Amino acid sequence: MKIQITNGRVINPSSGLDEVQDVFIAAGKVVGIGQGPASFAPNRVIDARHKIVMPGLVDLSARLREPGFEYLATLESEMFAATVGGVTSLSCPPDTDPPLDEPGLVEMLKHRAKGRNQTNVYPIGALTQQLQGSRLTEMGELRDAGCVAFSQANVPVMDTQVLARALDYAATFGFTVWLQPQDGHLARGGVAHDGEVAARLGLPAIPTCAETIALSTILHLVRHTRARVHLCRLSSAAGLDLVRSAKAEGLPVTCDVSVNHLHLSEHDIGYFNPHCRLVPPLRSLRDRDALRAGLADGTVDALVSDHSPVDAEYKQVPFEAAETGATGLELLLPLALQWARQDGIPLAQALSRITADPARILGVPAGQIGPGSPADLCIFNPEQEWVVSPQTLKSQGKNTPFLNLPLLGKVSHTIVGGFLIYEDARA
Amino acid sequence: MNGNPQLSPEGKLKHLLTIEGLPPSILFHILDTAANFEHVAQQEIKKVPHLQGKSVFNLFFEASTRTRTTFEIAAKRLSADVINLNVNASSQSKGETLLDTVDNLSAMQADMFVVRHAESGAAHLIANHVAPGIHVINAGDGRHAHPTQALLDMYTIRHFKRRFENLKVAIVGDVLHSRVARSQIHALTTLRVPEVRVIGPKTLIPRDVEQLGVRVFHDMTQGLRDVDVVIMLRLQNERMNGALLPSRDEYFKYYGLTPAKLARAKPDAIVMHPGPMNRGVEIASEVADGVQSVILKQVTFGIAVRMAVMSILAGERVGNFS
Repeated sequence: MKIQITNGRVINPSSGLDEVQDVFIAAGKVVGIGQGPASFAPNRVIDARHKIVMPGLVDLSARLREPGFEYLATLESEMFAATVGGVTSLSCPPDTDPPLDEPGLVEMLKHRAKGRNQTNVYPIGALTQQLQGSRLTEMGELRDAGCVAFSQANVPVMDTQVLARALDYAATFGFTVWLQPQDGHLARGGVAHDGEVAARLGLPAIPTCAETIALSTILHLVRHTRARVHLCRLSSAAGLDLVRSAKAEGLPVTCDVSVNHLHLSEHDIGYFNPHCRLVPPLRSLRDRDALRAGLADGTVDALVSDHSPVDAEYKQVPFEAAETGATGLELLLPLALQWARQDGIPLAQALSRITADPARILGVPAGQIGPGSPADLCIFNPEQEWVVSPQTLKSQGKNTPFLNLPLLGKVSHTIVGGFLIYEDARA
Repeated sequence: MNGNPQLSPEGKLKHLLTIEGLPPSILFHILDTAANFEHVAQQEIKKVPHLQGKSVFNLFFEASTRTRTTFEIAAKRLSADVINLNVNASSQSKGETLLDTVDNLSAMQADMFVVRHAESGAAHLIANHVAPGIHVINAGDGRHAHPTQALLDMYTIRHFKRRFENLKVAIVGDVLHSRVARSQIHALTTLRVPEVRVIGPKTLIPRDVEQLGVRVFHDMTQGLRDVDVVIMLRLQNERMNGALLPSRDEYFKYYGLTPAKLARAKPDAIVMHPGPMNRGVEIASEVADGVQSVILKQVTFGIAVRMAVMSILAGERVGNFS
């Protein structure tokens, strides 16, 4: 399949390219930008006039709900949602049922995901067996099965000795460990930020120090083990400060925030909106603004969807009982664009946070367009407005705090491995 | 799901879920209406026809005797048909969801639900779900709100103090876990009480509670100085020994209301408690049974206030009919 994308504004964040150019694709690779190979005869020409051509999105956290939670979503539904969102590479956390703690489970997932030409799936293996925080998994075997890193999803390791040993063991092989910093004791029973809204609504609260204490522990252990750690889903200004100084010190750490925490605060809970029942909790406006500034200055490396489809039934219960998480694969791009527009962030820099930067954390050849790079691309119309609704969302999960809101930016084409796998003629 | 769903676009009360966001005019309207209903209890036939032919479902997902009973009496005095459901014991144990239960009861032509639930936000969830025309009264949801309790407390305060604009009111005890305290705070600030204080150990006071317009005290003798109204909160048994408090004895020592501590308040201060009381834990018997205590009057007023809320929600003509 040979594709020529014409007249689009090509943005490649990692090289700084931002020009109207043609892109030439053959045999799964980008074979030329501006200038195609001699006698290039495309099977398909895509007119990208007034559109932006960019590397496909790389999403560091998307729950596909397989195995074990097929009643919430299936691999098919969520892989399709990824293509609709322009996401061509994603990593999925190990909190499936059973958790991704055995090579066989990972191989099965990889096999199921590979079925068609689809978004590349990079599983994150469980750091401990059953995510129970006591015994290490066979990380070497899991890596050979396809895991690119190891994590506890959002289940904390309560035992600091186990965490130290897990980091030591991972560092032996140079594996990156992904940790979501939240102290399990301080977070116990809590569902909202320990602030004004929890006080008003009578919701059990999680203090900011649940994050900073966990972060301090992790950062001390990084200093001790020299393990490479990626910190997932920061939620607070104080937590961000710790990461900023750790980076200044030269510790091998990176971090991300979710689109929800980038745009929302505790106040969005309103009168118990269950779509704002998230882990970690949405914090204050000051925290949100600090996360935005951190994403702009690079302290925060990547923006993630934290895609977690949940069936309506599990959200239509009192706030405390509501299943956590929000759907997000289809919102990652428009919400990154919204952040760029609102905060005056150069477009290429904003797009870097959802392409080249997360690809660097994953350590995979994705997130860029250049001669010879894999032909994983996304073409979108930056001016097209659409309304987030159960009808427009293709994910099986319709649960998002952004429901009924108009967003700008709609993907018109998604290309993975040189194949056009999604096309929306109206975008 | 995000709006305040208890008011109609015209500003009329559709549901009573929380005091927060209600204008003073609605609160005064409820208090004035309750004053008219106070006579009913003194009549030979303790009934008025306001809710004749209406079905009121007392939907209690959490055990309660007193609140359920006063709602039942209030509805019966308004001539409603009252159905009491203790849901813990039936459908929830069979796996039926909260909203399924509500749908089933709605199909039985319910006109009004009085809901008590252990989780904050349950009443909002139901109110957002029911068909137009069905009214929901929150009889206590988790730690969030207990608006009729707060209204009967305001009624009691007005009965004894006449006006709100010159009062100092102290709420003492476990504010963190108390839906009663949250509703009282909103009611008192809405009615322009100039100084609302909360008193308790740091483990039982929510962070940022000052944002609700209260002053926080941890020393009860300071906090009670010159107050006109002392509201004691119930301390649940499960909070007494553990990481929140070391013991009931120590709690009583620092936060129990004794005659000596009450002497710090104004001489004519009244003492209130939403019940049920733990004598010797948050309140000494001498105070609970003393001349400044108005605790039993609160219970009596509670019926008239709940009649007022139900009749206003049902949209009946409200006036003096004694």
